[in-house]
Amino acid sequence: MKYLSYPGCSLRSTGRAYEESIVAVFKALEIEYEELKDWNCCGATSYVSIDETDAFALAARNLALAELQVAEGTINLIAPCSACYLVLSKTERYLEDYPDVRTNVNAKLDKAGLHYNGRVEVRHPLDVLVNDYGLEKISKRVKYPLKGLKVASYYGCQVVRPFAKFDHSHYPVTMDKLVQALGAEPVDWPLKTRCCGGSLTGTTQEAGLRLNRLLLKEAQKRGADIMLTCCPLCQHNLECYQERINRIYQEEIDIPVAYFTQLIGVALGLSEKELGMQRLFKKPSLEKFMHPKGEMAHA
Amino acid sequence: MHNYEQKEAVRIGFYICHCGHNIASIVDVKAVAEYVKSLPGVVVSCEYKYMCSDPGQELIQKDIHEHSLNRIIVASCSPLLHEHTFRTAVEKGGLNPYYFQMVNIREDVSWVHTDAKAATEKSKDLARAAVQRVFHHKALETKHVKIHPDVLIVGGGIAGIHAALTLANSGKKVFLVERQPTIGGHMAMFDKTFPTLDCAACILTPKMSQVKNHPNITLWTYSEVTKVDGYVGNYKITIKRKPRYINEELCVGCMDCIEKCVYKEGKTPDEFNVGLSKRKPVYIPFPQATPQIVLIDPEACIEFKSGRCKKTCVEACDRKAIDFNQKEEMKEIEVGTIILATGYHTFDAKRVPFYGYGKYPNVYTSLEVERLVNASGPTGGELILRDGRHPKTVGIIHCVGSRDKNTNRWCSRTCCMYSLKLAHLLKEHTEAEVYNFYIDIRAAGKSYEEFYDKLLDENVHFIRGRVAEVSDWAVRSSEEGKLIIRAEDTMIGIVRRIPVDMVVLAVGMEPQSDSQDVRRLFNISCSTEGFFLERHPKLAPVDTFTDGIFIAGACQGPKDIPDSVAQAGAAAAQALTLIDTGEIELEPNTAFVVQDDCSGCRTCLTICPYNAISRDEAKQKAFINEALCKGCGTCVAACPSGAIKQNLFEDEMIFSEINGLLENTPVVCC
Ligand SMILES: Cc1cc2nc3c(=O)[nH]c(=O)nc-3n(C[C@H](O)[C@H](O)[C@H](O)COP(=O)(O)OP(=O)(O)OC[C@H]3O[C@@H](n4cnc5c(N)ncnc54)[C@H](O)[C@@H]3O)c2cc1C
Ligand code: SF4
Ligand code: SF4
Repeated sequence: MKYLSYPGCSLRSTGRAYEESIVAVFKALEIEYEELKDWNCCGATSYVSIDETDAFALAARNLALAELQVAEGTINLIAPCSACYLVLSKTERYLEDYPDVRTNVNAKLDKAGLHYNGRVEVRHPLDVLVNDYGLEKISKRVKYPLKGLKVASYYGCQVVRPFAKFDHSHYPVTMDKLVQALGAEPVDWPLKTRCCGGSLTGTTQEAGLRLNRLLLKEAQKRGADIMLTCCPLCQHNLECYQERINRIYQEEIDIPVAYFTQLIGVALGLSEKELGMQRLFKKPSLEKFMHPKGEMAHA
Repeated sequence: MHNYEQKEAVRIGFYICHCGHNIASIVDVKAVAEYVKSLPGVVVSCEYKYMCSDPGQELIQKDIHEHSLNRIIVASCSPLLHEHTFRTAVEKGGLNPYYFQMVNIREDVSWVHTDAKAATEKSKDLARAAVQRVFHHKALETKHVKIHPDVLIVGGGIAGIHAALTLANSGKKVFLVERQPTIGGHMAMFDKTFPTLDCAACILTPKMSQVKNHPNITLWTYSEVTKVDGYVGNYKITIKRKPRYINEELCVGCMDCIEKCVYKEGKTPDEFNVGLSKRKPVYIPFPQATPQIVLIDPEACIEFKSGRCKKTCVEACDRKAIDFNQKEEMKEIEVGTIILATGYHTFDAKRVPFYGYGKYPNVYTSLEVERLVNASGPTGGELILRDGRHPKTVGIIHCVGSRDKNTNRWCSRTCCMYSLKLAHLLKEHTEAEVYNFYIDIRAAGKSYEEFYDKLLDENVHFIRGRVAEVSDWAVRSSEEGKLIIRAEDTMIGIVRRIPVDMVVLAVGMEPQSDSQDVRRLFNISCSTEGFFLERHPKLAPVDTFTDGIFIAGACQGPKDIPDSVAQAGAAAAQALTLIDTGEIELEPNTAFVVQDDCSGCRTCLTICPYNAISRDEAKQKAFINEALCKGCGTCVAACPSGAIKQNLFEDEMIFSEINGLLENTPVVCC
């Protein structure tokens, strides 16, 4: 299966570690893909509420470009950021289901000499790794099983809702199964898909932190050593405000938050640098799972 | 019966009915009658206000004599309604009833069209089709089959029990087959029943022992029907009796063996207590189980697993009733009618993961709570939670697996009421605060709304809103260690978080998990959700599309005990009607194999939905059992040799009908 990747703006800024670890893991697992040429911002979730047709056209430009790049067949377009994934999935779905949306959007694309024919399927890397590549193959490649590591998988509210493409919309388990395949222990917790506060942490911070706090507190309460995310914004929110939350709410939160692809990389024996681990503010203590001499493998 | 020769010229009488205003207000019946008069073969054509009335029928009979008519057509309502009426009228007039044809110009024309002119034209087309068709009609003979007076009842819940006793009391022999070791069904598990709060055991166990002791009832528990052959009036049934490893004749139910079993404590989850307690390998489901006979579970018994048990049970049994060598036994019986009362299954609460069943120990299903509050339950009626505490606050969540697009769309009808009952019992047992979370309270039944009122007076809290989640994540410190129910309170428009010690999930009623297998075994149908399908939702609620097979209780759809009992009585009455009539008339519209044309290819054998076709291996030809054939026509269409024909639907009849219908249609060429 051939993949195109759509990094989106955040993977080139705050989410660099996410992209680095995806690249490293895909390479290690020999999953081939190409980057979508000349991609543009997906418009994020806010643009749709301002002008639906323009927002869809902006996102659909990427879909149309994908069709230009791959001449035939279904194209699996990988969008790692939850917001990109949601916006592109929504655009894909709306263009499929509503002929009027398709006509209006294509009229706009026409002006740029583009057209979208409906060949793209937007995929999340979690879905690709677990459902296309397969857990069995992943666990066979694990060099350093993460035995004893307790992991709270956090999916956020966008990858399984409203389009439950690859997992249950309220109680997903894909990442938990992956964690198991890496030899670690998934922590069962009820807040897997509850909102992390999204951009509220930057606008109405009180509301954002209130939501954020619950996730961190409950993951820690259930014994998690680390939280895993699959979205740059979630990662940022969960990692960066812990001290402020402790101050405001008199909590004692102290938990590292990494990308799920970083943890795969660690288990596969990839180096700290390749996985962008040095970019994390709170470094997870994973040394014991790594190279027997206590160094990162290949480091 | 006469065999009317076809040689004579066809002489048709056509009658069009006004049906009061029903037809005549849209269709110009005079014009249709006038038109039909001009068609070949038609001798009489007239209209009449109510053809189904006595004068209407007499009109036909009079004309048959006066005009020597030999074909009759009535254009009126649906054949479902009056085909039988008119066929009888024709027969009384001295004609074979199958020389009759009905044209539906009410349901198919006047009720569904508003353009009077077009409706009249359509009626003419339909009439012309019938006129051309009846030229090919033949005289047919109606067959009768005798009804065997014995009845099979499958399922010994309250519905099966009630049907069995009704039939047995009226002198009929009944075989009651129950797959569990005891009869009683779900009702036997309850403590009290809504709305009267009478004790379930007190009203059920006397009926159970009546069943056991009734001379007309043969009770086979721990048994299942494995094969059903035959047809209405003459079913041949094979029943598998699973071994209990106890000689039923000898066991008196003293339970000494249970006491003396080498296991001092039970190790196997007790089915009757829905896993809330453990039982030994030798056990009896509950003290009043009927029959009062123990059984041995080979999966749990050491003797079966290793052959090296001390067998203290055998020593303990004075009656020498224990028999480790007992084998499965097959019984064959003949019955004329069958009542299916196989009941329901409760919704698997794990399918709604965000309610936390199976994850949080103090989340219970309603059925578990029925056992918990039961004086003969696992805790002797004391409400002790799985973590050993007594609850101070309880939340009951309605509609779990009901009225939900993601699981089951239907309302399970009983859960509102049993939730009220459980709220009352929980308060009575624990004095806890009880919250009910509901979408609507469906208390439609005699004295049900009054019961709801009573609960309001008992200070049970009612919060209208579908629960989003049961979880243990705390926002406030007061919530730590509790289960938190999150729901929108739609009465005041806010989201509430209610911390409780215990959650009860009012699980809905579902078809039995093997309902599709049972349906196939008995050749009946299921509605889309899997409950057995009745012949008509209003007018034939306990009949099925298979003659002689009736349904009663929750296998037909969610219902409570009063409704299950009422249906059971109705099903028994339907069976009695057949038995007392003694025989049943079969529609002659069956298919038959023209033996010379059959190549013996077997195509038809596999596709007949009613298993009516068999193959004569010596002659290498297919053969259709008329009594089983429902006249669906599948085989007729499928036979590659064109060797199968169907009475009343032979090719010439259908083609001439089509010809007649299309004769006046302009041909559009492309
Ligand atoms: C928690 C709860 C509380 C309730 N409380 C009340 C109440 O207070 N009042 C009230 O009126 N209603 C109540 N109901 C509803 C009540 O349970 C049903 O109305 C009633 O049990 C239906 O009876 P039934 O005989 O049709 O089915 P069931 O009770 O389900 O009996 C069916 C029997 O058929 C047997 N069977 C199934 N398949 C086969 C087979 N293939 N071969 C042989 N045997 C088979 C089963 O083993 C069972 O014994 C409650 C329901 C629930 C879930
Ligand atoms: S098997 Fe024997 S000991 Fe056990 S209950 Fe029956 S009679 Fe009593
Ligand atoms: S009876 Fe009440 S609780 Fe049960 S499904 Fe219907 S509305 Fe819901």
